[in-house]
Amino acid sequence: MSRFFRLRVLAFGGAGLAALLVAACFDLPGFGGGSHPYGDRAVRASLARRTANVISSVNFDQRAYDTLGEMSILFAAVLGCVVLLRQNRDEHRDRPEPTEVALPVRRYALLVLPVALVTGLYVIAHGQLSPGGGFQGGVVAATALHLLYLGADYGALERVRPIGVFEVTDSLAACSYLVLGLAGVLAGTAFLANTLLPYGTFNTLSSGGTVPLLNAAIGMEVASAVVVLLARFLDQAVEIEEEKGS
Amino acid sequence: MHVFPYLVAVWIFLTGCYGLATSRNLIHAVGCLAVVQSSTYVLLLAVGYRDGGTAPVFSDLKPGARPLVDPVVQALALTDVVVGATVTALLLALVLQIAKRHGTVDPDELTELRG
Amino acid sequence: MADAVIVVALLLTAGAATAAVAVRDPARQALVLSLLGLFLGVVFTVLQAPDVGLSQLAVGSALTPLLIMLSVRKVRRRGKEGGK
Repeated sequence: MSRFFRLRVLAFGGAGLAALLVAACFDLPGFGGGSHPYGDRAVRASLARRTANVISSVNFDQRAYDTLGEMSILFAAVLGCVVLLRQNRDEHRDRPEPTEVALPVRRYALLVLPVALVTGLYVIAHGQLSPGGGFQGGVVAATALHLLYLGADYGALERVRPIGVFEVTDSLAACSYLVLGLAGVLAGTAFLANTLLPYGTFNTLSSGGTVPLLNAAIGMEVASAVVVLLARFLDQAVEIEEEKGS
Repeated sequence: MHVFPYLVAVWIFLTGCYGLATSRNLIHAVGCLAVVQSSTYVLLLAVGYRDGGTAPVFSDLKPGARPLVDPVVQALALTDVVVGATVTALLLALVLQIAKRHGTVDPDELTELRG
Repeated sequence: MADAVIVVALLLTAGAATAAVAVRDPARQALVLSLLGLFLGVVFTVLQAPDVGLSQLAVGSALTPLLIMLSVRKVRRRGKEGGK
């Protein structure tokens, strides 16, 4: 198929799709409208279970089963990356030379690193109260760790980041989400039902029943997943070299 | 204003699709896929918005004091943002494998190799 | 007033998305993508979704561009070795 013909097919299909999508837009309920039946019910359910952040309540209580699916996608994607980016037989590792970092960069990175790390952990821990939670905080904490690569060098990053430990943590976090779900079944209710723990006082750290626990499991999972992913990509980009003449 | 945010989402979706189809570099194509993905977030959150509404978070808000925007669509978008990033990473890992095996990341050259 | 902010943020996002597609060099595209992530974060915040804005900011403006940059570096380095 020639390039020109392909572009014509694309233009034809794109125009049709655009027309359909625009027509659909005019049939959607207007932007800013007042009718949100699911939203209203979700807010009521969240208040009944004393979870201050309704979004966390939807994610880890009302739709916890859906989050289990999302977590499995995340786990599978990381597993796929680890398998695809492993060291091949015709490759060898070449340690990069330690390089000098400009002093302001080093100072700034090492200053911000602990702040960013603590912010990430704070965001995870307060997921059931204020905007945040395991998904966001995990990414923040994991990327914060990589400021060390900017501020010091690759060797320093490798010393504070034992990859095996993070891989094990990743699977442990995935397991603990499942175990928390199964605990509901053992207690005589349903899988992932939020009936195990007392709901606690509204707007305190321990409120919301199992929401903080599931949230912490997801935080661990996401943080170690991102660390493992970035480590694999850094390995490929910095360390692993192909054998000459292969 | 009634449909404007929806139309922006459609525009982002279609531009991303165009980039995906005409890309000459697989890494660029993965970037375009990230653009397509972001259009769904804009659409979801636009559907959930309510005029004069505030975020559905009660840490500093009395329940029932103000109208709230829809939390369900926000939860959907939130999980997908993070999970989508790991799927992007998986696609990039596939691209790196293709680069190793075939020595090129141009989809047109790859088709010729196969043929 | 709130509507005007939303319109401006949406227009910036649409512009950044168009630029991210139009820029054909993946290394430059990574930079535009991080800009897109930033604007999306703003849009989500003005649409009263701070949770989504936070994760978009962390993922869209840091993680995804970083992964793309690392991939570009790996592919470029391979290309150089092959050309020798």
